[in-house]
Amino acid sequence: MSFTDVLLLMFSAILIENFIFSRFYGCCPFLGVSEKPETALGMGMAVTFVMTMASALTWVVYYSILAPLGLEYLKTIAFILVIAALVQLIELFLRRFIPALYASLGIYLPLITTNCAVLGAALVNIQEGYSFIASVAYGFAAAIGFTLAIVIFAGVRMRLQFADPPRAFRGFPLTLVAAGLLAMAFSGFSGFSFG
Amino acid sequence: MREKGRAYLAQIKAGILDNNPVLVQLLGMCPTLAVTTSVTNAIGMGLAATAVLICSNLFISLLRKFIPKQVRIAAYIVIISGFVTTVELLMKAYFPALDRALGLFIPLIVVNCIILARAEAFASKNAPIASMVDGLSMGLGFTAALVLIATVREILGAGSFCGISLFGEAYQPAIIFILPSGAFLTLGFILAAVQKVKNVQQDRQKMRCTECSVEEEGAE
Repeated sequence: MSFTDVLLLMFSAILIENFIFSRFYGCCPFLGVSEKPETALGMGMAVTFVMTMASALTWVVYYSILAPLGLEYLKTIAFILVIAALVQLIELFLRRFIPALYASLGIYLPLITTNCAVLGAALVNIQEGYSFIASVAYGFAAAIGFTLAIVIFAGVRMRLQFADPPRAFRGFPLTLVAAGLLAMAFSGFSGFSFG
Repeated sequence: MREKGRAYLAQIKAGILDNNPVLVQLLGMCPTLAVTTSVTNAIGMGLAATAVLICSNLFISLLRKFIPKQVRIAAYIVIISGFVTTVELLMKAYFPALDRALGLFIPLIVVNCIILARAEAFASKNAPIASMVDGLSMGLGFTAALVLIATVREILGAGSFCGISLFGEAYQPAIIFILPSGAFLTLGFILAAVQKVKNVQQDRQKMRCTECSVEEEGAE
């Protein structure tokens, strides 16, 4: 895979195949932690951090441990354990060495273990047969796409607080309709093609 | 015995209606939005998750006295992912078409919040049989919600139900409902309908209260 290919892969992971608006990975934090742009950005950064490292680690685990032993079918169990351990380690590391970063990202880290975007990225990497470099790039780019979506959406939700919808739409239903409109905007990117 | 059976039935009904995991508790959004493009996919996904939910609830309940509190989440995830792998292999073997349609969302049942939430909130505190019933009720509630959303999306977006064409050639399907934005919109409108029903119920209750005592109104 050449450098341009990797760049195109990243571009498509951020905009065209956005994790939230086209693949639906990571919808729970997208709808749950998007009330304010600041917290959304914090969540996005924590996800970016974990997802890039998880993509690298799961690739190594798959191709150097599972594949030689013929245990490919155990990848779901292996990956979720790797991700859970990784999140725990990152949490310990940050608390010990970079307390400032821990203070801003710490509360989001436990939520990330059960964020399907992280496991989703790891599984996509294996399914598509990406190389190590491409896997890391894909994990990073997909997480950037996630961050972009959640931060934009947090901005929209700030505005929604001033809206006066019918009583039945108050709260979650209105949020979902707004997400639907945003998804429509993102589907405009699907016109790009790099054939 | 009959008492117990009736209690289990009530529990199952609560899981499908009053306490529906998707429509009321708002859990498990990712698979809900992703696989509801057709009714067949929705049923497949719902039943796969139900199977995992029943098995994982049973085992977590059986092991609830042996799992140390500090590592319980990790232990739950291992148990759940074991069953998910089993379901994944079975689906690959017996329903290859469905497996291809659902794609990565079968392995992603591992991180479905409904399953972990029931493990933490119910199975870790209750007896095995009750936990299995809870798994069944939540699983059926999940399936029912998926089928409801998928019915709307498939009929409007593809003009078919379970793959059977409904309106003939002349119908121009509104493709937007099959696209991702349609998933968000449909779920938004269905949740608004649920909220409407809840509002009406609340209003009725309030009316009854104002009839019996005026003080309640002030408190509200």
